[in-house]
Amino acid sequence: MSRLIADIRGLSVHFGEHLIVDGIDFSIQENEILALVGESGCGKSTVALSLLRLLPDKGCTVAGKVLLGGRDILTVPENELNDLRGSAVSIIFQDPSTALNPVWSIGSQIVETLRRHRNISAKAARRQAIDLLDLVAIPDPHRRIDDFPHQFSGGMRQRVMIAMAISCNPRLLVADEPTTALDVTTQAQVLELLDKLRRDLSMSILLITHDLSLVADWADRVVVMYGGQICESAPTRSLFSAPFHPYTQCLLASIPPLSGGPTHRTGRLFEGPSAGVVTASAAGCRYAARCDRAEASCLSAKPAIFSVGAGSHLAACPVVKPSVSLAATVI
Amino acid sequence: MKFSSLRRGLVMSGRVLLSIPFRALPTLLAAIVVSFLLLRLIPGDAVDVMASQVALSNESDIAKWRHDLGLDRSIGEQLLDYIVNLARLDFGYSHIYNMPVASLIGERLPSTCLLAGTAFVVAIILGILAGVISGYAKGGALDQLTSAVLLLLYSVPAFWTGLLLIEVFAVWLNWLPLGGSQSLGLDLSGAARIGDRLRHLVLPAVTLALFYIAVDARLVRASMLEVQNQDYIRTAIAKGLDRHTIVWKHMLRNALLPLTAVAGNRIGAMLGGAVTIETVFNWPGMGRLAFEAVLKRDFTVLTAILVLSAFFVIAANIIVDLIQVWIDPRIEH
Repeated sequence: MSRLIADIRGLSVHFGEHLIVDGIDFSIQENEILALVGESGCGKSTVALSLLRLLPDKGCTVAGKVLLGGRDILTVPENELNDLRGSAVSIIFQDPSTALNPVWSIGSQIVETLRRHRNISAKAARRQAIDLLDLVAIPDPHRRIDDFPHQFSGGMRQRVMIAMAISCNPRLLVADEPTTALDVTTQAQVLELLDKLRRDLSMSILLITHDLSLVADWADRVVVMYGGQICESAPTRSLFSAPFHPYTQCLLASIPPLSGGPTHRTGRLFEGPSAGVVTASAAGCRYAARCDRAEASCLSAKPAIFSVGAGSHLAACPVVKPSVSLAATVI
Repeated sequence: MKFSSLRRGLVMSGRVLLSIPFRALPTLLAAIVVSFLLLRLIPGDAVDVMASQVALSNESDIAKWRHDLGLDRSIGEQLLDYIVNLARLDFGYSHIYNMPVASLIGERLPSTCLLAGTAFVVAIILGILAGVISGYAKGGALDQLTSAVLLLLYSVPAFWTGLLLIEVFAVWLNWLPLGGSQSLGLDLSGAARIGDRLRHLVLPAVTLALFYIAVDARLVRASMLEVQNQDYIRTAIAKGLDRHTIVWKHMLRNALLPLTAVAGNRIGAMLGGAVTIETVFNWPGMGRLAFEAVLKRDFTVLTAILVLSAFFVIAANIIVDLIQVWIDPRIEH
């Protein structure tokens, strides 16, 4: 039985009137890569930011619990929070070209993180920063350490971000669309690196993405979000082989097959407003407005999450519930 | 330890310095030509002024006088002469002050440097402080108070502030002198002499600085607010850095770039003389010299001041380029 690293309970986020994240629960186990997937505006990045309490104070209300090592990130005092940030939990962002400070050398940005959380001399921190750059495969690290962010390529900058994020051995690394701004070859290299690091440093990774192929290749478990709610949560293999929630099924059907050729029409997700727009008013299941299997009851109450078959496969859709036992026996 | 960034800085500085003959010198030459020609376009020359002063009306004497001063030659010849003399640091001879312009300026320039330098340093330091505090506590009571005071300082003309300060501190309270740069008729030495100079410096320097504090603080505040929303500030917060480090290390260095450009041009202009302030406080600097030269139609002095101001502005621009190269590693020429 693996240990729990982070436990998110009833997390809700309001931006003014709008409910962006609607009371979600999930947990992250030791040493796993958990993928949080969903389309733009489904609230996945908001979840990522709230794990480090990085959402703006103004106009933004956060409720629920984010438990990390027994402490609730959302309520710890500011100074304790800053001790945890960068040390127990780190984050890397989508766009490495803006996430590093352009007027300080990358070395000084890594060194300051180390010296903030570790009681070490400037010299020792510098040596450690060189080792970290070596670890994330920056060639010639003792020379490049004094270079500035603009002297690196996009993929290299993301490696520097990763070096900085893992510098104090965090238990959890939040990777908010870490490869979206990178080209496909670099994407694979960065994820390979993250996968290697989580094994070598025994840390857990919350991988936020909308790219299902990344999920299939690298994640141990997947949480699917739609309109601020969790639709389905399952081990990766189980999710891809037997998706239960109508949204997940639709999402998987939208992946273009390699064999179809350029004229092959894949399943389209839907026409009409995006998930973000739907969020504002709906009371029941957020997906109901687009779901071709929706019933009257879907609109009135928020669907409960229940176990569907093998392992820890969970889904939140009352309509597909009857088929569950059948599906479970098939597996 | 930071060898490669030091080397980069030196290389970039070298490039800035190498550009001087190609960029700065032609600009200076253009400024000299324009200053020289503009003032010669005004009808009447130095001989007319002097002739009217001594009530001389003999046409042949005036012509001889003009010939002696070289004013009867073509304007091109005069200009060429002027430039050649400038290269030898000879700014010409003022027949109105009856002394070489170079020594006239040499008398006034130190006073202006003292006034401008003090006001400049005070304005930069307090401007950055006020801007950071204001941007730091955006929307709070402190920000609103600072912003209101800054707006007031920004809107009030400097000569009025100067007169108000004189009224309060020199006339009512009698703490500080009314004007001038030193007490006349006192034979002071050592510390007493320095103290006397400083007492005279306070009011004009404060007046000059107040306006620029407002300019600098508003500029710094605006750039701090802009920098605050950058992704790399979120990264700094996510690393667990304290607010102090984030504001003074990560935000300020990025927010300083616009200020260096504005402040650099300003110090150049300030060394050319703060005409209003020097006049209000009777400060014997370049600004008052320019004011007097206009009244006396002393074109030789006026041209020299214009050329010198242009030189200071150009020199300040080179220094700004050098500073920016060191602050922002992204600048490549």
